[in-house]
Amino acid sequence: MRLQGISALLAATALASGFAMPASAETIKLGVLNDQSGVYTDLSGPGGVDAVRMAVEDAGGAINGNKIEIVSADHQNKPDIGTSIARQWYDQDHVDAIFDVPNSGVALAVQEVAREKHKIVIFSGPAASDLTGAKCSPVGVHWTYDTYGLAKGTGAAVTKSGGDSWFFLTADYAFGQALERDTAAVVTANGGKVLGEVRTPLASPDFSSFLLQAQASKAKIIGLANAGGDTITSIKQASEFGISSGGQKLAGLLVFLSDVNSLGLKTAQGLELTASFYWDLNDQTRAFSKRYFERNKKEPTMVQAGLYGAAKHYLEAVKSAGSTDADKVMAAMRANPVNDFMTKDGKVREDGKVVRDMYLFEVKKPEESKAPWDYYKLIRQIPAAEVTRPVEESACPLLKKG
Amino acid sequence: MYVIPLLGIPPQVLFGQLLLGLINGAFYAMLSLGLAVIFGLLNIINFAHGALYMMGAFVAWLMLEYLGIGYWPALILSPLLVGAFGVLLEKAFLHRIYKLDHLYGLLLTFGMALIIEGLFRNYYGVSGQAYDAVPDLLKGGFNLGFMFLPIYRGWVVVASLIICFGTWFAIERTKLGSYLRAATENPKLVQAFGINVPRMITLTYGFGVALAAMAGVLAAPIYHVSPLMGSDIIIVVFAVVVIGGMGSIVGAVVSGFGLGLIEGMTKVFYPEASNTVIFVVMAIVLLVKPAGLFGKAA
Repeated sequence: MRLQGISALLAATALASGFAMPASAETIKLGVLNDQSGVYTDLSGPGGVDAVRMAVEDAGGAINGNKIEIVSADHQNKPDIGTSIARQWYDQDHVDAIFDVPNSGVALAVQEVAREKHKIVIFSGPAASDLTGAKCSPVGVHWTYDTYGLAKGTGAAVTKSGGDSWFFLTADYAFGQALERDTAAVVTANGGKVLGEVRTPLASPDFSSFLLQAQASKAKIIGLANAGGDTITSIKQASEFGISSGGQKLAGLLVFLSDVNSLGLKTAQGLELTASFYWDLNDQTRAFSKRYFERNKKEPTMVQAGLYGAAKHYLEAVKSAGSTDADKVMAAMRANPVNDFMTKDGKVREDGKVVRDMYLFEVKKPEESKAPWDYYKLIRQIPAAEVTRPVEESACPLLKKG
Repeated sequence: MYVIPLLGIPPQVLFGQLLLGLINGAFYAMLSLGLAVIFGLLNIINFAHGALYMMGAFVAWLMLEYLGIGYWPALILSPLLVGAFGVLLEKAFLHRIYKLDHLYGLLLTFGMALIIEGLFRNYYGVSGQAYDAVPDLLKGGFNLGFMFLPIYRGWVVVASLIICFGTWFAIERTKLGSYLRAATENPKLVQAFGINVPRMITLTYGFGVALAAMAGVLAAPIYHVSPLMGSDIIIVVFAVVVIGGMGSIVGAVVSGFGLGLIEGMTKVFYPEASNTVIFVVMAIVLLVKPAGLFGKAA
């Protein structure tokens, strides 16, 4: 439980009004709504806002003479705060598109606000594949990664290499449940079985009790269906309680660069993880990351890198549509291929899912790491077709028409 | 190993969970102890306690990172430094509001907590830092048959018991403690006997803060040293203090350990409720005994 919880009650109503700025009809306004103080700050947060700013700067700060403005806010991982800011932005502050929204619980709520107001929202931080599944929206785009892709990446790789019995530690909200569901499906499809799961409250300071339950299950693999601080705590305490020396392996189903940086290679080595971006992948990713590093003193996570790509693609669509009208921009975003330093010929599908390749990485051993932030080695590039939910499996009504 | 199912839970899981509950209870006890001392003697609801606990852990990490100072010296130095910081806070802000309603102290310390946490978050991010300075003596663990007990966690329980007993003894059984208790009852009269009451109160606050910092150092190797670690735990600790009875030292310690155990059990039977159960207990206790289990009725 967070201290901000108390201030949140007081601030919920007053918070959003502080961001109001007089906006003329000629301004293109982007709103970055993410976690700026809680467990997901390091993986998106102010760094994510800066990535959007970089995209705006690269677009020259204006499109067809219309100035581009950025506003940002902290949703404190609370759906009620997230939706009240989103409403304020769309209704009163003339924000044309909202970006990021990590925390699937908040994202699913903001998706509904955007649908109701018929304004664009582009998700980079959240993971739940429901955003482009049953809860898909004609004005919602899921940009960077999703639980389906993570499951197909890490889940399949671990199961195929002999990890055929699983126990899940699941963050007890929309994201964790989606990740557990999607991974369990992949495990079963590959001949493995799921022995059990325990639902852990978000931001629990102590995971030892849950880890002991996982140990007692005798499952070969302990699947961590959590993120950020929860992943860090569970990996760290698993090593304290000698989980791996007992023959069980951890599978981090969503591991960010910022998590590995915090854990240190000594604790994190050998972890397999799926991501859509790593700074040291090729010359283009290195070039972007160098610019980002100079401004933020950190290498970007995939969420932050994805935000640059999302903002770039959005602004290009505004330019080619010659309008900020949601339908016209969405049509242009779907028509234009996605090409940037992390995506080659990606595509925004009808359900809002960005179809792109992902990568399976392994965390290096301390002696393999040559420089600061030299953390991952590439195991394989996973083709887009493998990590994107096929149209026929999707529950999204938008894919069904015609 | 022969396993007798008990309520559908194998005993090794049950014993393991009880032990883990005891370990978490040790932290609750140490933190609520500091709060109880501060409230009992200063009448201040110290909302900055979590932030100061976090500061204790961070100071230990900073000393290791930049000065190469190890665990044992940090266990003493960090509480001293953070305690001195507490004295400063008391001198600069807190002593001005003793005469006012509790609410003002709560708001002031809550504000200080947000500022301290914000500063650390700004410089160090939220993911936290790994503190790998556990001395060899405390590394490794025992296989107890029903679970693997890391030695360090055992040490935390022992340290917590020593600290709790020491504090109780100092306040309830020594002459200095009797002055302190007298000063809270009737400061003017005690001052008339030639005792410097304001200084005593300042030092008491420093001591309470040092207790929080020491808990922070003990927590550093187990939890990640993160700016959020204080706010993660402080609300629970407040519930513990309320259940034990505001200002009651024995109450704080007993309910700290007791609630650690209850929370541990909940993590087995209904994990989703494990961060709520303490507040349910709090509500029940307040209905039955509004002053808390060990509190004196006002």
